[in-house]
Amino acid sequence: MSKFRDSAHLLRVAAVFILGTLAFVALRAAVVPKSFGRYGPFRGDALATITSHPIAYAGHGTCEACHPDVQETKAKGVHARVNCESCHGPLAKHTEDPGSVIPVLPEVASLCVRCHSQNSAKPVGFPQVDAKEHSLGQPCNTCHKPHSPGFDEGGKK
Amino acid sequence: MILNRRQVLLLLPAAAAAWEFVLAGEPEAAPNYNMSEHWWGMLLDITKCIGCGSCVRACAMENDVPDGYFRTWVERYHVSDWHLENPQVDSPKGGKDGFPPAETAGGKNFFVPKLCNHCADSPCTQVCPVGATFGTPDGVTLIDYDYCLGCRYCIQACPYGCRFFHPTRHTADKCTLCYHRITKGLTTACCEACPTGARQLADLKNPKDPIHDFLKTHTVQVLKPNLATGAKVFYNGLDGSVR
Repeated sequence: MSKFRDSAHLLRVAAVFILGTLAFVALRAAVVPKSFGRYGPFRGDALATITSHPIAYAGHGTCEACHPDVQETKAKGVHARVNCESCHGPLAKHTEDPGSVIPVLPEVASLCVRCHSQNSAKPVGFPQVDAKEHSLGQPCNTCHKPHSPGFDEGGKK
Repeated sequence: MILNRRQVLLLLPAAAAAWEFVLAGEPEAAPNYNMSEHWWGMLLDITKCIGCGSCVRACAMENDVPDGYFRTWVERYHVSDWHLENPQVDSPKGGKDGFPPAETAGGKNFFVPKLCNHCADSPCTQVCPVGATFGTPDGVTLIDYDYCLGCRYCIQACPYGCRFFHPTRHTADKCTLCYHRITKGLTTACCEACPTGARQLADLKNPKDPIHDFLKTHTVQVLKPNLATGAKVFYNGLDGSVR
């Protein structure tokens, strides 16, 4: 009689354990996305999906590369830090194809009052007007040039 | 196995080359962008915000945010006198079309732009049952839209109310800090469109970023600091009444 006559039981348990482990490893390899853990505990390919989203706002650096004259005018006035697309809207498509995608000029009547209409919640010192009283129905660009809205060369009234 | 001198000399450079390969790791998602060199946040200057809604419109156009939902929005606060705990807050259409003149006279009125705070220890990532919401190594909280189940746990978990349920995609959605832009060297759409500089993207790991000078010289605050979420959207001139 062998000393370990019940060894067959142990072998069966070991076989089940090994099979279970193999099944777990195989299942895990099949289910867990390949890019999981590439940058952290998440699916790395999700970043590629998010970064592939198309850009709508080209950025003022791109505008200034082709329109340095506007940048010069703006730099002298109080609108120096207002970026181009803040008023003109998203124009990445125009930068990709400047010939066929022509931007539409913003409508002055609604554009200027967006920022400059009177509101008590605006910071004190920010130029704000009651448009009707201030312009008597005239469009803003009768007197003010949007790229440098002041009356003199320095852009200040 | 016994190696002779010739074999050892041949094996050493091979091992060195293999170790180099291990150290190099996997390539990054964006070619010229190194995640480990950035730690993103934002600076919101309440003393400069005029409530024009340019940021809300820009965000919607850049990120195809459906109408009536907001990844960023602007609130108008009215605090009559000492009632700091009961401010009157309105945000018509998220401030997308600007604000009508305030009806309530007197007191203190100001605008507060809001967006995802990209918390370093975000409550939303902790509750996601499938790990679809995560923090990137460069400090941006993002959503894996392919793995999100749409269970809405994260929407409830966000203490700032920054998440919403996308009506057509049927997943959670929120501000990505324009991750598709900042990884290409651009600023976010809201910062690009802000006419007063009230919003500024900040790279807290970049020592040359002007944010560091600003933070050292101004009294800044994050929203709900008691929650210790590690919020990275800093507010200058934040009133105590802001929730």
